[in-house]
Amino acid sequence: MLQAQRRSRYFTSVSQGIARISIIMTLTPADIEEIAAQALAAIAAAIDLDALKEVRISHVGDRSAIAKANQALGSMEVSARAEFGKVIGKARGAINAAFESRQSALESERDARVLVEERVDVSIPAQRVPRGGLHPLTILTNEICDLFLGLGYRVAEGPELEAEWLNFDALNIPADHPARTMQDTFFIEPLDSHLVLRTHTSPVQMRTMLEEKPPIYVICPGRTYRADELDATHTPVFSQVEGLVIDKGITMADLKGTLDHFARSIFGPEVKTRLRPSFFPFTEPSAEVDFYFNGRWVEWGGCGMVNPKVLRAAGIDPDMYSGFAFGMGLERTLMVRHGITDMHDIVEGDIRFTQNFGSGIR
Amino acid sequence: MKIPLSWLREFAEIPAAITPEEIESAFVKVGFEVEEIVLQGSDLTGPLVVSRVIAIEELTEHKKPIRYVELDCGEAQSRFVICGARNFDVGDLVIAALPGAVLPGNFAISARETYGKISNGMICSARELGISDDHQGIIVLAADSTHVGVDAIELLEINEMIIDVSVNPDRGYALSARGLAREIALSLDVPFTDPASIDYLKDFSAKQDEAGEPVQVKIEDPSGADLIIIRTLKDVDVSRVTPLWMSRRIEKCGMRSISLAVDITNYVMLELGQPLHAFDAAKIDGTLRVKRAGDIKEFTTLDSQVRRLTSDSLMIADDKKLLALAGTMGGLESEVTSETVSIALEAAHFDPISVAKNSRAHKLSSEASRRLERNVDPAIAEIASARATALLIQLAGARLIGVSRDGSVKPKRHIEFDPADISSLIGFEYSADQIRQPLIAIGGEVVEKASDLWSISLPTWRADIEVLSDLAEEVARVNGYELIPSRLPVGRAGATLSPMQHRKRSMAQLLANLGFSEVYNYPFVSPAMVETLGFVGPRAASFRIANPMSDEAPLLRTHLLPGLLQTLQRNLSRGAKDVAIFEIGSVFRDVSALARVGIIPTSARPHDDVVKSIYASVPHQPLFIGAVVSGALDRKGWWGSGRNFDWSDAVSLASRIVAETGNEAEIAQSDLAPWHPGRCAEIRIAGKPVAHAGELHPRVLEELNLPPRTCALAVILSELPFAGKKSAVPVLTMPAAIQDISLLVSDSIASVSVEEALRQGAGSLLESISLFDRYEKLGEGQVSLAFTLTFRSADRTLTADEVSGYRLAAAASAAEKCGAILRD
Repeated sequence: MLQAQRRSRYFTSVSQGIARISIIMTLTPADIEEIAAQALAAIAAAIDLDALKEVRISHVGDRSAIAKANQALGSMEVSARAEFGKVIGKARGAINAAFESRQSALESERDARVLVEERVDVSIPAQRVPRGGLHPLTILTNEICDLFLGLGYRVAEGPELEAEWLNFDALNIPADHPARTMQDTFFIEPLDSHLVLRTHTSPVQMRTMLEEKPPIYVICPGRTYRADELDATHTPVFSQVEGLVIDKGITMADLKGTLDHFARSIFGPEVKTRLRPSFFPFTEPSAEVDFYFNGRWVEWGGCGMVNPKVLRAAGIDPDMYSGFAFGMGLERTLMVRHGITDMHDIVEGDIRFTQNFGSGIR
Repeated sequence: MKIPLSWLREFAEIPAAITPEEIESAFVKVGFEVEEIVLQGSDLTGPLVVSRVIAIEELTEHKKPIRYVELDCGEAQSRFVICGARNFDVGDLVIAALPGAVLPGNFAISARETYGKISNGMICSARELGISDDHQGIIVLAADSTHVGVDAIELLEINEMIIDVSVNPDRGYALSARGLAREIALSLDVPFTDPASIDYLKDFSAKQDEAGEPVQVKIEDPSGADLIIIRTLKDVDVSRVTPLWMSRRIEKCGMRSISLAVDITNYVMLELGQPLHAFDAAKIDGTLRVKRAGDIKEFTTLDSQVRRLTSDSLMIADDKKLLALAGTMGGLESEVTSETVSIALEAAHFDPISVAKNSRAHKLSSEASRRLERNVDPAIAEIASARATALLIQLAGARLIGVSRDGSVKPKRHIEFDPADISSLIGFEYSADQIRQPLIAIGGEVVEKASDLWSISLPTWRADIEVLSDLAEEVARVNGYELIPSRLPVGRAGATLSPMQHRKRSMAQLLANLGFSEVYNYPFVSPAMVETLGFVGPRAASFRIANPMSDEAPLLRTHLLPGLLQTLQRNLSRGAKDVAIFEIGSVFRDVSALARVGIIPTSARPHDDVVKSIYASVPHQPLFIGAVVSGALDRKGWWGSGRNFDWSDAVSLASRIVAETGNEAEIAQSDLAPWHPGRCAEIRIAGKPVAHAGELHPRVLEELNLPPRTCALAVILSELPFAGKKSAVPVLTMPAAIQDISLLVSDSIASVSVEEALRQGAGSLLESISLFDRYEKLGEGQVSLAFTLTFRSADRTLTADEVSGYRLAAAASAAEKCGAILRD
């Protein structure tokens, strides 16, 4: 209300000024000063950009008194024109400068006010698109593959439904050998199809050895199957990663060094490993590898030097080449590394579990 | 195998002060995991005394019969105790815990009033003392075995460290006190005395009674056994009680004391590793034979189970009938009973595989079969037979009639090797001594013919040792794996992910970034689910697991949807509202026409054709990516309303997955189950279907109790061709000219066809085309489609006249190909 009153009073004075100019055709420098003074006063009095826009029309623009005075210059005697022109020019300069300065002041004032008015609470949750996520098994598998790619290993994969010969026989696990019962195998009907759900990713190693000539450096991640009931620490469908190296002069020290590197990359630089003698039909010597993490030894996986019988079944001369293999369960690795206490969380597909791990960006 | 430390000490000079931790790490060091170490008696304190029952008063006024027993505990006065057990009589020797004693479970014994009487102690069962699971009644000791007042803790040898050692399948010899003592001795580097070196024959050879016919034995099938020894004994007093030292050891090993004759065979098995079987000799007709079952189809084992036989089941028989499943379980008919007076004691070295087959076929993993299928020392049969015979003579009053044998122990095997090869395989320079000592410690005899040519004569119990790497393991483990250094080998330069591995990884990342959560489902599917989803043809023909986890879900998945929909259900049932999940995984189809492979030897690489046939016996397992969505990916909230994921999102996502691989997706209407028959897109590449997407069938959703409008998509990742390098499209910088066009077409015409017709008519300067409006309710079977056409030239600004000409040409093409009417 107060603003509106002010504005109307100001308009009155502006319109009075215009009337005077139109009446007085012969201007004196004093008149110019008066016009300039009025314009400057009006500019100074403009309290917002809308008011200043009005002031521009009456005091600054083409139809303002000063503009008209300038136009009137043309009809003046040449002798008076130069001097009077200077007066007008100076006045115009002052008016324009004042206008611009006021304009920019008002703009800053408006900007500041608007920005304050437009302030929002940025902490308000605004997740319109839910966060997706990779299963942590995928994240871990990618990490392991990248690690071994860096060491010059290829990533080898194979079918989950596999020939019994590749899963067992070729790996020195003959039918009726007690080692075959160590792994509760899912067999496929009819039994003479000799198909099994692979009990480990070792048949991928066998396929690699049958298909390629040494040197062989491969890492084999994949899903594997054993008939264990699902409980807090077991699942009939699980994931393994196995490594296989066949080259000249490969020793158990190479195996140990590779496992040390692997463990440190996955669990941190301070982690220690140890090998314990063990038995696997496809390796000799064989070992279990444990790692020391959070104050205790944790069983990680099995490993050893590839059994010469396995090399022979694959057509690799054991007198020329030696190799090592290792394999570990990814679920177990994940559980230890991330403190997952229940296998159900890994297998049940609850999106809350997966979303917590995000997309694995480091 | 459970083994008491005292038994190991008999053969290995284990330091007196050894701790359980040291025992464990000693076993672990040489390759034996320790499941558990129990310090029996550590939670038990006396007084625990042998007492005699003087009188029994039956208390009948309680819910169950209770006895008030007067005991002579060797004290000045007798004691009275309450007892709930009834398996004892006046005069029996029992074990009483006196006030002040503490039994396992922190159970303190004190004089107290119970059942209206003062009970001044407790008569104990074996379980109450923590020495076995037996709680059938209280312990009753043999009458002449001890005296009143004797400390029962000492008598029953309760204080004992019992070690449960896990034995790997290549080390059958270690399923015995003999084998484990050898291992602990070599691990601790202490002297070991082999119990097999004791001459038991001298104990009884003088006492042999020639009167009587010893049972004769014959190996009819040499593939089933290479040695069998039968000792026939008479005058066996089976009523005698097993002495405590023997029964307690059997119990400490986790077995039960049964009867004297059986206990003796078990004791010797636990000590030496050789399973023995005692037949009632009176039940044997003629000669004992090792043979295959042949035509005989059934056999009743001593657990009264009728076993179905196969013709190659390895059996013990006599002239008339079958007597035992060889190495696995004896028969009911020839079992030793309380009437038995003569025994035929069998000690044999059976073929491990035949025993494994018996055991597997009948799900009968007995103490005997567990050992025999893991290889028993063939040379121990003779010694174990003698040892058990000596015990039967000594403890059961038996007299030996005679012995009959067939077969023989194979001569010892030798390996010649260069010790340096062991160091090269392990990657550690062992000294000659570090190689020699372990090989001697495991029972080998080493002859050094030259510095680079050694020969080892292998111990008879180590059938697992065949080649140099086996010797290397022995050397490495006895010296300790911790000696092996750590060295990191590097493989081949240029290792990268394969294109398919790269695709798999990128697709997962793409969907995760779009708000989907990745899941891994079990591939086990129920026939009911197959039916619900309406799968037919190759999607209904699935592989069946012979031994599934659940009989309800024996099929392997042919599609990712069954698992995804179950996981969706689970998430919704746990309260999730908006669920978007995906899986990347193999499916199993193509059940027919697989090659069958027979038995393929492994001694050398099979011929290429055979390798091919092995590969061809494995079905192709295509890789799918599947996703299901219920609810919104654009959620509602304080910002306003969201939008549920609908069929068009599913189609667009499936198309995008195809397009991301550089392939051009063709979209066609489809009615494939389990999708909504009117809201399913089939996506093709060059005419070949590679994906399906859309809304699921309302009936399916209802049956699975899933929300209406749930959407799904499935793309066969392994069917998308690799498109190769992309060519760049020049970026034109002249101004674009935009023309809108609105067409009226029959609703039977796919919008994608109209778009294609416009594209063909619009000319070469058409840059892009997009449908911005679709309006259906124009009357009978008509829809209005409004497109924006964008034209651009590489080198000039297009005029209005020019582009409106193109627009009309596009309209004319649509009119011709789709019957579209221009609405202006």
